[in-house]
Amino acid sequence: MALEPELLKSLSSKPVTLVYPFERPEVPKGLRGELKWDPERCVGCGICVRDCPAFALEFVGEKEEAELIWHAERCIFCAQCAESCPRDAIELTQEFELSTTNYSTLTIRFARPKK
Amino acid sequence: MSELEIPEITIPVGPQHPALHEPENFTFKVDGEYVVDVEARIGYNHRGIEKAAESRSYIQNLYLFERVCGICSHAHTTAFTLNIEELLDTPKPPRAQYISMIVAELERIHSHTLWAGVAGHEIGFHSFFMYLWRDREVVMDLLEAVSGNRVHYAVNTIGGVRRDITPEVEKKLRKGMDILEERLKTYRTLALEEPTLIKRCEGVGVLKPEDARRLCAVGPTLRASGIKHDVRANDPYLAYDEIDWEVVSYDLCDVLSRILVRIDEALQSVYIIRQALDKLPDGPYKVRVPRNVPEGESVMRVEAQRGELIHYVRSNGTDRPDRYKIRSPTLGNIPAVCHILKGGYIADIPIVLASIDPCFSCTDRMAFVDVNTGKKWVWTGEQLRRYARKWRG
Repeated sequence: MALEPELLKSLSSKPVTLVYPFERPEVPKGLRGELKWDPERCVGCGICVRDCPAFALEFVGEKEEAELIWHAERCIFCAQCAESCPRDAIELTQEFELSTTNYSTLTIRFARPKK
Repeated sequence: MSELEIPEITIPVGPQHPALHEPENFTFKVDGEYVVDVEARIGYNHRGIEKAAESRSYIQNLYLFERVCGICSHAHTTAFTLNIEELLDTPKPPRAQYISMIVAELERIHSHTLWAGVAGHEIGFHSFFMYLWRDREVVMDLLEAVSGNRVHYAVNTIGGVRRDITPEVEKKLRKGMDILEERLKTYRTLALEEPTLIKRCEGVGVLKPEDARRLCAVGPTLRASGIKHDVRANDPYLAYDEIDWEVVSYDLCDVLSRILVRIDEALQSVYIIRQALDKLPDGPYKVRVPRNVPEGESVMRVEAQRGELIHYVRSNGTDRPDRYKIRSPTLGNIPAVCHILKGGYIADIPIVLASIDPCFSCTDRMAFVDVNTGKKWVWTGEQLRRYARKWRG
């Protein structure tokens, strides 16, 4: 019986699952989570919009005036936008708790600060 | 049969989850408890990926091909990027090749432990299933640490890989490999000694070596029939020729043999990862490549977890492919599994079907064929909808 030692070990061990909202997993560095956009750096070239495989990014306005719309519900979190951006204006943060009960809140429009 | 002649009974299995949780339909003709004939019907999961690839740029296609299959996601992008790099004549830098290989092997461990767990579940051995899936979390966490995601790693890119392996991650990987090696060895002993497993799997679903060759079985299904064929060894890509490892094969030819092959292969992957970490060359992990790919054709073979995966591309000088074709390993294994099922018991259907590690979302890509004229064509969703509207009046 090869399984017996395993079973005996399991008798004295704790459950491996986490009691989620109370216990939090350790999020690794470099996790691809919520998108952050830096209007100071962005020049509105639109490479991110062109490269997005999920068509989840959209620009409103032209060049330096352009504002980014992120459709989080379409986003596949591949971070190609962050990689393609020549000015490093896009970053995917470690924030992963993005679920919501309101669909409309998933379309996020980032505003440029008024000059 | 007695004087009462009972006609053969036909049992449809699927399309809801015949084996793993994916849709496919098998029609079984049975005589009492025996399966007499099997007819596979594929196409329930056709998503038109090849056509979609033609309207997306190569950069976008990276993520499209990753989604051909959730479990072999890295194998698909490896084949895709190697193809495009072949056309561009810029191979991955050595460091990128090693990183890509490490992720590929991590993925193999994850896939094989997942499959062995499912095999345990199919035969009703739930402790095996639970323990394996618990230990699979180790490799899932490692993949997350290396790539930033548990399933769709998005590590490969055209001209290299997207992320470097930092010393911190390397430490984690080495620690994880020690745990996995110990655990996988335990499961191998378990598969060799546990009577529950042996009694249920020994002599079930036998695929003889000559049949395996004749029906063009691929991957672990082929290797479990005693034939040592592995693309990583026979036609090395990435840096597999610089690593010392061996092709695993067992000649029991049954389901037990397939379990053992997969556990041993996962162990080999542990050794490959360790060596790759030791040999990890310095230098860049990515080179810049042009967006437009010169005109040409390329075919690439990659050993995915399920077997030999073939990608074909034809480019036309723009930033989009002209034609893309994928032959996934499960398609290669379907004739073999139909053969194995014939003559077996009805009760063995789930485990035998599962034993080839089927992935129907990989498999389903087909064109329309007019059976009368033999004409073949492919439609976009819009064309199909238009046709449907017209046909319905």
